[in-house]
Amino acid sequence: MIEVKGLVKDYGALRAVDGVSFTVRRGDILGFLGPNGAGKSTTMKVITGFLRPTAGCALVGGHDVTAEPVAVKRLVGYLPENAPAYPEMTVEEFLGFVAETRGFRTAAQKQPRLDRVIGLCHLGPVRRQSIETLSKGYKQRVGLAQALLHDPPVLVLDEPTDGLDPNQKHEVRNLIKQMAAEKTVILSTHILEEVEAICTRMIIISRGKVVVDDTPEGLRARHAGARLDEIFRTLTQTDQ
Amino acid sequence: MSQIPPIFKREFLSYFRSPVAYVFLIVFLMASVGCAFFLGGFFNANIASLESYFTFLPWLFIAFIPAAGMRLWSEEKRAGTIELLFTLPVTTLEAVLGKFLAAWAFLCLAILLSFPMALTVAYLGAPDWGVIGSSYLGGMLMAGAYLGICSLTSAFTKNQVISFVISVFVCFLLVLVGWSVFTDFLGGYLALPAWLVDVVSNFSFKTHFEAFAKGIIDPKDVMFFLSLAGFCLCLNVLALER
Repeated sequence: MIEVKGLVKDYGALRAVDGVSFTVRRGDILGFLGPNGAGKSTTMKVITGFLRPTAGCALVGGHDVTAEPVAVKRLVGYLPENAPAYPEMTVEEFLGFVAETRGFRTAAQKQPRLDRVIGLCHLGPVRRQSIETLSKGYKQRVGLAQALLHDPPVLVLDEPTDGLDPNQKHEVRNLIKQMAAEKTVILSTHILEEVEAICTRMIIISRGKVVVDDTPEGLRARHAGARLDEIFRTLTQTDQ
Repeated sequence: MSQIPPIFKREFLSYFRSPVAYVFLIVFLMASVGCAFFLGGFFNANIASLESYFTFLPWLFIAFIPAAGMRLWSEEKRAGTIELLFTLPVTTLEAVLGKFLAAWAFLCLAILLSFPMALTVAYLGAPDWGVIGSSYLGGMLMAGAYLGICSLTSAFTKNQVISFVISVFVCFLLVLVGWSVFTDFLGGYLALPAWLVDVVSNFSFKTHFEAFAKGIIDPKDVMFFLSLAGFCLCLNVLALER
């Protein structure tokens, strides 16, 4: 479903992503791990068509992101880091805007979509509140609701549980797990337990390069006896 | 182009979801009508026309249109919502046009809200409705050209202040080159040939707007405003796609 081949992204003189390649199939939940600044978000921004790659390519559902960005964007639900949203809009207005750009123009098409994601993300109590007045946890869930709105076959979630309390984290993980069977999910995180809890595959990226592409079990089997965070530290400590 | 309506709607309503719209409309009306009364001698002229209202528009627009346009892209960049917008299935051109048209519609509303002035002169005398109509048309087209510049400059920075200052500067230059004081200076003091002075003043908003204010709708003037706005928006698309 997602195919990334030899992806390179430069910001001026800085090489943020350096020849990353991987594929993700339907039903996979890929955990994207790495220290801050390793190139996780940049890779996701290229896959979702927000940034153009310097070299290499990314295909989503067979569409090249550079050649057919709009076709890719239709297939993808994307939660950017920090869940940006228009602060002056209410939750319902904001989700309504996203629904309209996703092609649900009439009230009859729009309302069931809104009600579904507002239910899924527990936004009922704040649906008429403006986004700037919401707590971090609610904002994050608005971002998630926006990504799920058109029931996309591909979900790209940049730190989806950031800012949530432990109960909400648990709930969001369950939500992702439930949906994963018929979707392709990539999520980035710093939290190693999250990878163990829900991911079927993990990629560790360091200084723009893939250093591990394995299942969580496979990785632990190769480093017998070591805890995941210890493995993570040994693999990525060149960054410090 | 089918994605323009939702973007237009969100952008247009965003002015009214914050105090921006109300502050802008009230202050703009007070300033524009105030200029007509106190500087233009609206009553003393004793003529049933809105000339004294429209004379000051090119000058007022220098400050007011950058104020309305500076947020177009700067705010999206600052808040990070640009990442959201450009991962929705919209093209850059649709986003640029949707936002531009929304801001333009808002500015047209601000200009048209001076309608009580027109009703007043109609009550007091017999104004030439053709001239009033062409002046409004010219004012709205001119607003579009100013706004094109502001939209472009705001695409270069996430800082609204920088966007505002640069827009004001560019708009001011484009008014200045057509101001009689400036063209007299070029022709008289610097003794430039008349054709060169004409070429320079042809780039001014003021030169092209004056015909509308006299009741002349010349396709050349219409094209000037539309092509300036179009040119800026093309650069705007390129600036966002780089």
